[in-house]
Amino acid sequence: MLHRTTLANGLRVLLVPDPATPVVGVAVHVDVGFRSEPEGRTGFAHLFEHLMFQGSESLEKLAHFRHVQGSGGIFNGSTHQDYTDYFQVLPAAALERALFLEADRLRAPTLSEDNLHNQIDVVKEEIRLNVLNRPYGGFPWILLPPVLYDTFPNAHNGYGDFTELEQASLDDAAGFFDTYYAPGNAQVTVAGFIDVDETLALVEKHFGDIPARPTPVRPSFAEPLPGAERRQVVPDAHAPLPALAVGYRLPDPAGDLDGYLAHVLLASVLGDGEAARLQRRLVHGDGLVTDISAAAGLMGSLDARDPDTFTITAVHPGAVDPDRVLDAVDEELDKLTAQGPTAEELAGQVARWSAGAHQENDRVMYRMLGLGARELLYGCAEITDELPGRLAAVTSGQVQAAAASIRGSGRGVLLVEPAPQEENA
Amino acid sequence: MTVAVSKNRVNRSAAEIGRTPAGPRPLPPLGVTREVPLPDVVTSTLPNGLRVLAANRSSVPMVELRLRVPFADPDPGSAHPAIAELLSETLFTGTATRDRVTIDDELAAVGADLGASVDPERLVVAGSGLAEGLPTILALLADVLTDATHPDHEVARERERLVERIAVARAQPRTIAREALQRVRFGDHPITREMPTAAEVTAVTPAQVRAGHAASLVPRGSILTIVGDVDPAAAIAAVEHALAGWTSDVDARELAAPPYPAAGDLTLVHRPGSVQSQLRLSGPAVAREDPAYAALQLANLVFGGYFSSRWMENIREDKGYTYGAHSGMEFIPGGAVLGVDTDVAGDVTAAALLETRYELGRLTAVPPTDAEIEAARSYAIGSLLISLDNQGGLAGSIAGLAAVGLDLDWLRGHPARLLAVTADEVAEAALRFFAPNGFTGVVVGDADAIGRGIRALGGIA
Repeated sequence: MLHRTTLANGLRVLLVPDPATPVVGVAVHVDVGFRSEPEGRTGFAHLFEHLMFQGSESLEKLAHFRHVQGSGGIFNGSTHQDYTDYFQVLPAAALERALFLEADRLRAPTLSEDNLHNQIDVVKEEIRLNVLNRPYGGFPWILLPPVLYDTFPNAHNGYGDFTELEQASLDDAAGFFDTYYAPGNAQVTVAGFIDVDETLALVEKHFGDIPARPTPVRPSFAEPLPGAERRQVVPDAHAPLPALAVGYRLPDPAGDLDGYLAHVLLASVLGDGEAARLQRRLVHGDGLVTDISAAAGLMGSLDARDPDTFTITAVHPGAVDPDRVLDAVDEELDKLTAQGPTAEELAGQVARWSAGAHQENDRVMYRMLGLGARELLYGCAEITDELPGRLAAVTSGQVQAAAASIRGSGRGVLLVEPAPQEENA
Repeated sequence: MTVAVSKNRVNRSAAEIGRTPAGPRPLPPLGVTREVPLPDVVTSTLPNGLRVLAANRSSVPMVELRLRVPFADPDPGSAHPAIAELLSETLFTGTATRDRVTIDDELAAVGADLGASVDPERLVVAGSGLAEGLPTILALLADVLTDATHPDHEVARERERLVERIAVARAQPRTIAREALQRVRFGDHPITREMPTAAEVTAVTPAQVRAGHAASLVPRGSILTIVGDVDPAAAIAAVEHALAGWTSDVDARELAAPPYPAAGDLTLVHRPGSVQSQLRLSGPAVAREDPAYAALQLANLVFGGYFSSRWMENIREDKGYTYGAHSGMEFIPGGAVLGVDTDVAGDVTAAALLETRYELGRLTAVPPTDAEIEAARSYAIGSLLISLDNQGGLAGSIAGLAAVGLDLDWLRGHPARLLAVTADEVAEAALRFFAPNGFTGVVVGDADAIGRGIRALGGIA
């Protein structure tokens, strides 16, 4: 059962009681992601997420981590295309403390030069770890968007360019906070072992006196569909094998949820499990690729507003021409365009999605984050619980239409090629 | 940032944002901790020797399965590790009555996924599915255990893929560091053979895979754990029914305990062009059943076992050398080892090593304070509660404990053991396990860039 309200300052509140668990989760979702960061400041939304852990009016540096963990809890934050989340999961005894900790930084974070420079260094290490010092770093979430998209919000690197991260200033941070972290641009989700009325009173007590500020007008990130195929080759000094990613545009989930879900099932029919079309054809039949996968959503399904990306990614031996891989993918899409998946194929994929939904519900953290993100993005947390039923209602004809739609549209093709070692230290 | 919020100025300053008229506020106290009892685990040993553990957790209509088969190399140094990898990769690719696609279709129909993985110690089949599908899942599990054919063409294809995947894995700095660390810690012991070479994989024949299955994938000594929205007695009966035909005359083979790592200089592993270095230090520890374990757990948390640790606060939050630094216990046959792991920018490798040694020494010389111990204790107890609050976490815990002869009573008693640990016991654990001269390990990085700096500190082989 979901309970929602909005405080006088505009902060949205979503409560999700679950009497069976001994734990509680608190999440703050802020309606800004890396698509909204300004040109010249790539990576700023993520850097700012780090700054929000650096202390606030009532909490000196390190205190946030210490209070969460010293109360027996865990914490994290993450930056997505259209939102940033901050969350804690703790024994239920720590509910009020968790609300206090989240409210204090949403009200008055400590933005200091020392913390800014420290966290620029930390973020650079995060990027070295996940991108620069390993094979296939940023594949495909950083590398594919600039092939498929033309505008800065959709195409740029959300982790950020080192020189731009280094130029970030305290006033950039202050402006970003004042603009985007207004209470009316954020949402609190509380899930787990909670009493609804008591929790609502605690949310009001801790968040209620954050003054209202104007909320930013959310820009449209829409851009025209690509009319043709665009290609880009990127060298990778650490990669032993070539890789490729194909990106297509997805329908807008806010306007055409069933069309979007047909693409979700298309991805499953193509890539999920040993019986999936691309596994059978490219991995086992033709032996063209080492591994292949398909996904609706660059950072997960139902995790962004429009536009978002349908991806097919593969790692393949150097002896295989990437065009052979692309041709085989196109042939499989053509087959699905001519005749949709069988009833059994769809039923199996829907059953696995249902099982996955149950597993998500079984963990307070996942349930809270899933509901919170969908409430923020689409104003409809219920999508999470309705998903298995809505997927079950998707017809073979709708998946067929999804295949026809991506087959008939333009696309971005990224080719990652092993390259000689460069002197980039 | 040009989004104006008023006509007069673009935004408040950072200093203005950080202050409110009311000023700092007090931290709310904690409420009452809620206990949720762990379920009873029903156990049974089948005539074929398989131990079955089943527990009810009906939070969602799912069931989790974990089958653990001890899978040590019968003849250390043999082709077993490569055979085991291919056996695991082809386990679900064919039986006398089903092919790869049929198996997956039948699993998908009940929302299930099952997968096999293997390491030098054990082969594990793990998965989950809708609870109502348990009979289907068990029937498929029985079919692959008793009747897998490891078809020639599947072995041939998986051989090619495995060679490609190994090439990708060995390009990862964390794999390079892990392999070097295992050598330094355990020498030639079979525990080090976590990933075969391409040549070893290529040499494996389908007949060897089938023979390996018959000889090693056996029930006696193995443990199947089932947790979910099921009646435990009925689940055990279903297992007895489904897996009765899985038999063998031999016992599953446990991996012999490796020698404990000896203290020594760190080995520098050259990775040209690295923009980051991997620091991996390791020393002896003790496992869960040891009386010193709870004190070690708290000492480890204070050192580097969670975010609010001395080491993390120093090299990340103060110095900015790393994104993450973590220390923790890794269980091995016969005990446990302590690992101290971080990845740091190349140009601060020596500085990070210096701070790491400093924090190790400081833990022994300036032992954890009462406040540090209380925070670690709360975290150990609370995070245990959180980790058990889902079917998968509970199944993994039951299976992991059973593998070393422990049961849920160990978990039930663990909060009390943590609460009973004294500051003196934590100080003793710090001295015993964290002395800087008790470690060995590796540094992986561009030796041309970092070698001179770290050698200047000493203790580099």
